[in-house]
Amino acid sequence: MKRSNLLIGFLLAAATVLSTPASAQTEIQWWHALTGANNDVVVRLSDEFNKSQTEYKVVPSYKGGYADTMNAGIAAFRASNAPHILQVFEVGTATMMAAKGAIKPVHVLMQEAGEKFDPSAYLPTITGYYSTLKGEMLSFPFNSSSTVMWYNKDAFKKAGLDPNAPPKTWPEVFAAAKKLKAAGYDTCGFSNAWATWVNIEQFSAWHNLPIGTKGNGMDGFDTVLTFNNATLVRHLETLIELQKDKTYDYSGRTNTGEGRFTSGECPIFLTSSGFFGNVAANAKFDWANAPMPYYPDVAGAPQNSIIGGASLWVMGGKKADEYKGVAKFFTFLSRTDKQIELHQKSGYLPITKAAYEQTKSSGFYKEKPHLETPLLELTNKAPTDNSRGLRFGNMVQLRDIWCEEIESALSGKKTAKQALDDAVNRGNQLLRQFEKTVSR
Amino acid sequence: MQKRAIFGGTSLPYLLLLPQLFVVAVFFYWPASQAVWQSFLLQDAFGLNTSFIWFENYKELFEDTSYYRTMLTTAVFAIMVAGLSLSLALLLAVQADKSIRGASVYKTLLIWPYAVAPAVAGVLWIFMFQPSLGVVAQGIRAMGWNWNPLLNGNDALTLVVLASTWKQISYNFLFFLAGLQSIPRAVIEAAAIDGASPARRFWTIILPLLSPTIFFLVVVNIVYVFFDTFGIIDAMTQGGPSKATETLVYKVFFDGRLGGNLGSSAAQSVILMIMVVALTAVQFRFIERRVAY
Amino acid sequence: MVEHRGLSSFLPYVVLTLGVAIIAFPVYLCFVGSTHPQDVVANGKMPLVPGPLFFETYYKTLFVGSSGSTREPVSTMLLNSFIMACVIALGKISISIISAFAVVYFKFPFRMAAFWLIFITLMLPVEVRIYPTYKIASDLNLLDSFTGLTVPLIASATATLFFRQFFMTIPDELVEASKLDGAGPLRFFWDTVLPLSRTNIAALFVILFIYGWNQYLWPILITTRDDMQTIVIGIKKMIVTADALTEWNVVLATAMLAMLPPVMVVVLMQRWFVKGLVETEK
Repeated sequence: MKRSNLLIGFLLAAATVLSTPASAQTEIQWWHALTGANNDVVVRLSDEFNKSQTEYKVVPSYKGGYADTMNAGIAAFRASNAPHILQVFEVGTATMMAAKGAIKPVHVLMQEAGEKFDPSAYLPTITGYYSTLKGEMLSFPFNSSSTVMWYNKDAFKKAGLDPNAPPKTWPEVFAAAKKLKAAGYDTCGFSNAWATWVNIEQFSAWHNLPIGTKGNGMDGFDTVLTFNNATLVRHLETLIELQKDKTYDYSGRTNTGEGRFTSGECPIFLTSSGFFGNVAANAKFDWANAPMPYYPDVAGAPQNSIIGGASLWVMGGKKADEYKGVAKFFTFLSRTDKQIELHQKSGYLPITKAAYEQTKSSGFYKEKPHLETPLLELTNKAPTDNSRGLRFGNMVQLRDIWCEEIESALSGKKTAKQALDDAVNRGNQLLRQFEKTVSR
Repeated sequence: MQKRAIFGGTSLPYLLLLPQLFVVAVFFYWPASQAVWQSFLLQDAFGLNTSFIWFENYKELFEDTSYYRTMLTTAVFAIMVAGLSLSLALLLAVQADKSIRGASVYKTLLIWPYAVAPAVAGVLWIFMFQPSLGVVAQGIRAMGWNWNPLLNGNDALTLVVLASTWKQISYNFLFFLAGLQSIPRAVIEAAAIDGASPARRFWTIILPLLSPTIFFLVVVNIVYVFFDTFGIIDAMTQGGPSKATETLVYKVFFDGRLGGNLGSSAAQSVILMIMVVALTAVQFRFIERRVAY
Repeated sequence: MVEHRGLSSFLPYVVLTLGVAIIAFPVYLCFVGSTHPQDVVANGKMPLVPGPLFFETYYKTLFVGSSGSTREPVSTMLLNSFIMACVIALGKISISIISAFAVVYFKFPFRMAAFWLIFITLMLPVEVRIYPTYKIASDLNLLDSFTGLTVPLIASATATLFFRQFFMTIPDELVEASKLDGAGPLRFFWDTVLPLSRTNIAALFVILFIYGWNQYLWPILITTRDDMQTIVIGIKKMIVTADALTEWNVVLATAMLAMLPPVMVVVLMQRWFVKGLVETEK
């Protein structure tokens, strides 16, 4: 080819490229509830995805706390302008799942978009919570955590307990708490945050006891609560007894009392594994965490723990092209390197087996064993129908009812059995009402 | 009540009312009517399944014994908050109205707390009163009182009453101050020259001249206590322990939250609205008579 | 003032100092918390006196942000809050003062009905009607706009009632005098009523500005774009309630800074109180 032709050809090509307006990127709205450093993670991930390709642009928006964000999602759907991706806490799973037409299940999304999607690559206990019993993923797990037992090693030394051998069973915890109390921790031997998550939901899964029928509601909305069993009654009775002299001290319905651990007041504290950031920054003593304790005389305990946290739901009524973008984003999020980064930097549990394996083999957990504890709990045994997770409608209201009953019991107004029976009865009323609104 | 001196004209008043009525019609009555309609329905959160159930929601409420307990808690809460915040604000306003040194500094410091955003106020109150971490709580416990609003219903109720009163004192203080400032000094001075003591001046002159403001504040305080205190209770006790701090408005929000039971929530708010309208009507009819315009 | 009687001249100081100590205490605590390291605050070990980190914290808050989580500069959020609060306050005052004027100074069918129609708007909690209200705002294309932030909040029964109370106390002689001068209602309103209402407008402006400034639920629902969010949303964004770390000193410092504009409004409006006093001798 003659050089001038080449040059003209080149110039024409350049002109075409330069004069083409930047093709309008398809925007993908992501509404989330993350604040502080977690907000940074969301922003960073979106930026990285946006930079990695040019067709789609993920736009994250903070819409308030978990409840406010879900509220905003519902309001927007009712006004016909929902976002593409909505972060919903695990408590809202049943409501979202029941809203056929309002949501697009993730497995359908990935299939329609032609994205490679292999369910077996994901950690079953994490994705199982957000899947049907057949293993079809409904929403995409994003930030998950589990319950662990944090303990104050310095306090253990002071009380004559071995700081490297934390109690494994509940009776051992009670004994340790009594010793700690005698050693000077007299306003709190042990405590916990998230009253019902720890003492009913996780407790049941860890002991392979059902919370309700139908796989804790995962198999049908006609589930009936059954957690007022002998083991839980016994557990609550012990807590009531220990509350009297503050060997156990109630710290509230949510996590406003978590500071009692980092301040050194409560030497043993059960709460989310995600608490590690606060512990690392605020605790002025030697600390570690351990798996939740269990009752050794309960068959099958310890089983496995269930997750808490939030997942990403895809809202319905959007265009196919937009869904392609969402699917690509989920593929991006599932990349092993991204999962590893997410896990190691922010402490969210990795959702793929590959990410977990790689982190393990890199020796990361030797330096930070506290980040592996929840994963060990989650993968302890293959999940049973009682420990895959739970799915109850009106879960926010249910949790508050259960908290009310626990509070009545701990303050001596009711016996443990009465409180749990009432919790079950009142809860069932709510479940029936939820069932009526969805079964059509 | 109607003034004797009025203007004629029929279209002007309507024109003057039009802006507010228009905004109210579009952004209140239209959504509110849908909310009232909601009280007759059984519906899921997303509005995908709806069924008409007549007065079922209302019936369920009246058959629920804890609903009556909530009414009682609300009454106690309302009386305490309104009573405390009005009397304390009046006391402070009367003192701040005197020309003393630093009056404007005192006034600013007393109005400033109203500027604290509710989101932040909730956090600050937890900093103060969380049983073992709170600054004030630690002080209370050091004095021997086993302060525990997490398990003790009375402690919890005290806490939300204090927090709600706190917010209202600043508000009432501001209006009392404005009201006091507009009382002509000449009148008070004349009474003083006549030999009336400060106490006498207060009861026979200041209070009557302040009565339009007092009436306004009583009506508004009662409405606010019934409707605006959801945020504080949600931040601090979530209606607990065991419903000790559950008020009617809290129950409305709670039941309706995230589409849990929109129908019942709507029904409750209709009942609540009727109650407060009646209460306010009573105030206008019987108490306004004693207001000196 | 009138007379000073020994002990009772101390009374105001005692009462007011006590009042300030109790009422301003939480604000003081907010300030103290912003000057201590965040672990001291989180562990409940905050003393009652300010700590060492004043300059460090406020510098960080103003120029660096809380680990970059408030991506939008604080100045944008402050501006949004300011515009929203001003528009709401002025809007509420304007439409209620004319409504109150109409209700008090005219006799017309449905007079009291109109008043009650406005008043009842205080009595239905906002969350009960949040979904339909949001839908209307969305249908009218008001999302992510200042109109959407302000207009739905602009009806004010409180202000209407307040002005009504005040107008009822205006002596009838003034109306008669105005009529004798040949003035119509609007002239009366502009020349007589408005100047008399100055103190009250100032008081209301303070309250309504703060009300608008502190709105959270409606703004977070109606705005999605970062550059439309308000300072209260920004603060909430920094308070982490689940897992992860909250930098309490920065959060509380932002809260303090967010309080400054309303306080400036309070201080400015105080001048109007005094001014109104001098001129309102009826």
